Formats: sequence, C-alpha cells, structure tokens
Amino acid sequence: MEKVAMTSYSRLSDRVSEIKPSGIRRFFDLASQMENVISLGVGEPDFVTPWNIREESIFSLERGYTAYSANAGLIELREAISHYMETRFAVSYNPDTEILVTVGASEAIDLGMRAILNEGDEVIIVEPTFVSYAPLVTMAGGVPVPVGTSAETNFEVRPADIEAAVTDKTKAIMICYPNNPTGSSISKKCLEDIAAIVRKHNLFVFSDEIYAELAYDKEHVCFATLPGMKEQTIVINGFSKAFAMTGWRVGFALAPPDLLGAMLKIHQYSLMCAPTMAQYGALEALQHGMDDVERMKLSYQQRRNFFVKTAKEIGLPCHHPDGALYAFPSIAHTGFTSEEFAEALLKEERVAVVPGSVFGEGGEGHIRCSYATSLTHLEEALERIGRFLRRLELR
Amino acid sequence: MLDQKAYEILQIIEANGRLESSKIAKMVDLTSEEVDQYVKELEDKNVILSYSAVVDWTKLPAKETVTATIDVKVAPKRGVGFDEVAERIYRFPEVKALYLMSGAYDLSVVIEGKTMQETARFVSERLSTIDSVLSTTTHFQLKTYKHDGVIFKEPESDKRIVVSP
Repeated sequence: MEKVAMTSYSRLSDRVSEIKPSGIRRFFDLASQMENVISLGVGEPDFVTPWNIREESIFSLERGYTAYSANAGLIELREAISHYMETRFAVSYNPDTEILVTVGASEAIDLGMRAILNEGDEVIIVEPTFVSYAPLVTMAGGVPVPVGTSAETNFEVRPADIEAAVTDKTKAIMICYPNNPTGSSISKKCLEDIAAIVRKHNLFVFSDEIYAELAYDKEHVCFATLPGMKEQTIVINGFSKAFAMTGWRVGFALAPPDLLGAMLKIHQYSLMCAPTMAQYGALEALQHGMDDVERMKLSYQQRRNFFVKTAKEIGLPCHHPDGALYAFPSIAHTGFTSEEFAEALLKEERVAVVPGSVFGEGGEGHIRCSYATSLTHLEEALERIGRFLRRLELR
Repeated sequence: MLDQKAYEILQIIEANGRLESSKIAKMVDLTSEEVDQYVKELEDKNVILSYSAVVDWTKLPAKETVTATIDVKVAPKRGVGFDEVAERIYRFPEVKALYLMSGAYDLSVVIEGKTMQETARFVSERLSTIDSVLSTTTHFQLKTYKHDGVIFKEPESDKRIVVSP
C-alpha cells in the first residue's frame, strides 16, 4: 500500500488556521474562573426579552408552528421589517426581493462577505470595532484592511483615511454605528463623505446598524438613505440589542436584489432558515415592542450618563459615547497596555472589562466597559476601578 | 417646569425613592441642586405625593396582615355624585385604596386589617351601614404575586456570561 506523506497537507484549512482566536475568549476564561466578579464585559442588554415577545414565541410552539419557514424568513416578518425600516429610518425595501431574515446579524455579515468577495479582494474595516468582521472577511477569502480611529475624533473615522486605504483591490467598506466598542456614531456629514468615496471607486458598504435603536443623542441616519447608496449597501440589523433578544439569533440583511439573491443562495444551503419560533417572537417585537425599546433605551442612556460622569471623577478619562451599550475610557495614562490593565483589574479588584486592543487598530490604550448592568453594580465597579487607579499612582 | 427631565426624574424616583440626588443628577445630566429643585417643585405641586417602600410582609412571621378588596354598590347623590360617599369611606385609616369603577359595581375599596375578623367587622359595621351603600362583596387576597409593578419573588440572577462580544 502506498504511504501517504502526512506532512504534505494540513488538517485544517489555511484560512481558518491564520485566524487568531478572539481576545475576548481569553478574558472570558479568566473571569469565569473567579468568584464575585462584577462584569462590565458583557456585550448585550441586561434586560430579559420582554414578556410579550417570549409569550408569542411560546404560543407559536403551542400552535405547532415548528416547521421550516421560507428560506428568506416568514413573509409576515419580512413585511414587518419592511414597514419598520420605512417608518423608523425612511428607507423602503421590498419584502420579496430585498430582505433576508438571518440567524443573527453575524450570519448576515458572513453571507454578505461570501456573496461579494473574490480571493484577495480587500475590505476596509473601520476600527476599533466588533471582533468578528476581520475573521469573516478572511474566511470569505478576502483581505481585511484596517483603518483606525482615535479618541481625538471621538472615534469617528476620517474619510481621508478611508480614501488613503483604497486600492484597486478594494471591494467594500465595513462600518458600524453606533459602534461596538466605542459607542461612537458617525455624523451625517461624515457618512456623506464616505458615500462620495463609494461612488468614486464603485465600492460596496456593509453598514452594521444593529445599535441604531440605541442612539441616544442624535437621530440615526441609515446609510442606505444617502443618494445612490441603497444600490451599494448591505444594511445589517437584528433584534438582539434593541429588543434584548441576543440568544434568539434573529437578524436581517437589507440589500439590492442581486446581492440579496446571492446571499440567499448561501443561506439556503448552509442554514435553510432562521428558527421559526424565534421569528414569531421577532414579529411580535416589531408589532408591539417599540414601547419596550424606548423604556430600555432611556435606562441605558441614564446609565451611560452615570458611568461617564463617575468615570471622569475617579480619574478615568472617557469620551462621550453616542449610543450602543459601551463606554471606551482611556487607560493610556497608567502606562499599562489595555491587556495588562484589564488583567490586573480583574485579578486585584474583580472587575471584568475587555481590553481595547482586541477590537483592532486604535483600540489600544482603552478598555471597553458595558454599562448594561444594574446601577448598584456600576457604582461598585467604578468604586473598585477608582481604588485600583489610586493604587497604581502610589506604585 | 414639568418637562422631559421632570418625567425622567419621576420615573427614577418611582422605581427607587431612596436614590440620592447626586446619582439621579448624573443619570439625567443635571446638577444635584437642579434635581433637588425639580423634586421640591414636584412635591410642592403634589405631583410627588409620598415616598413608600413595597414590602413583602410575609417574610416577617410576626407581622401578618389581611388585605381585602370590597366591591361596593352605592346610590349616588344628587349634586355630589359618588364623591361624598367616597370621602366618607376613604377617611377610614383601614382603607388603603379607593377607586370609582365602571361596570358591575361602583367603588372598589382596598382595606387592610390585622385579622380576618377585624376586616369582616369593618365591612359589616362601618362600610355596610353607610346610608347610600347598597351592597358589598368582599374578596380576601390570598397571596401577592405582584404589587405596584414589583414581582414578589427573589430577583433573578444575571444569566449572561461574564464576558461576551
């Protein structure tokens, strides 16, 4: 029998091998081994999904709605999404050809990347940002090209920096606003400047607007509403953050029919459809959940205010986050890297935060703090961080 | 001054009447003095009527109370409608709440007593004997699941994982 040379091939694909494990994972492992940890490390609402949504999903099971839905999602849900986008963000999408219900917003991004990227195509990613974008680009055969932002510009990207990163291989730009981890939004002027770059170089835009409902100070502008941009944009949204439905895994993608059709192909072969009972919950959310969104949003906003003000008082410089669930204070003055800071804070004071470096370029020197936790916990966490900072000064 | 900030302050105080002004101030982006001014004005205008705590008395074995809701049918009086009889009823300290209702009866009276006998005596001797009271139906509360928006059970633990994307 012929002997197979074991060294001639790798057990894993090169694409997967080159992806680094998430830095968040390491902190999860560290923090979950400890007791009495106050966590500011969670990237999700602290509310349980409103009861009417849960109840509707239970009811759908009782009625026996346990079969597959259409690949693109329940038509009632797509119609509700269409109505929602029209009334909330003044942009219209055809439920039959331009809306796809996905398994969380993350799947929508994955589908979009796989639908448009050829080997070696570049995707500009405005960072610091959600940890999944770059790996999703890589896994789709593309090359992530980071463009950093900094606290000096309140983490708003400078369009000139995007322009400078464009090459003849650039296929798309990935933006997320309000942003995870910085909470910063992008002004309409800046979005328009990005749109000009898109037109000039004929690019696509991935606009992750999962936190659109959690924009506190300014009205959220959907990227697809800018002139000519609907044809060039994949808007990503979902139910996780606005309706406190993270575990349900229901998201959606909005895109012109050619892009959406391509995404649907991949979706139908890999996932078929989003879970039907979760889709019924999502439908209820859109039909009767907006008051809950307002209630939860106000609560986050108040806690944002509390966190940022108290952080400044204890000597933790913090920019003003426009939305989402996070503040991204600076720890640069301590001389620690963000990883060292987060690890020492966890070990010495049992407060879990996420080091900014895991979110990419521009994240170093900062820590992500989620204020989606009770006021009592926020207070206690900030007191512990204050104690930690004072001790550092004495060293 | 009953603007958006007043609404926000009221919502916070309604959920937790003990929260210090300094914390409320940070939450609603005002100074402590401004919050105090708002609260004083809201008190002066009788928007804030009182501060109370929702207590689960069943956790203290010594302090048991009986609560009953009584549906009362009354004959309204010319000129004063239900208000006169309502006033006669709500002045009793045993009466914790009183509402004018639509439907099968007119007044809903919530009373609290130390024992069932005490409560029954109040109904038969005080309430039923009022001239315009036509009939009463007494319902004793057996268990409190939720009161004033507060669910009576141990708070649920945070089910989220410690660190997540």
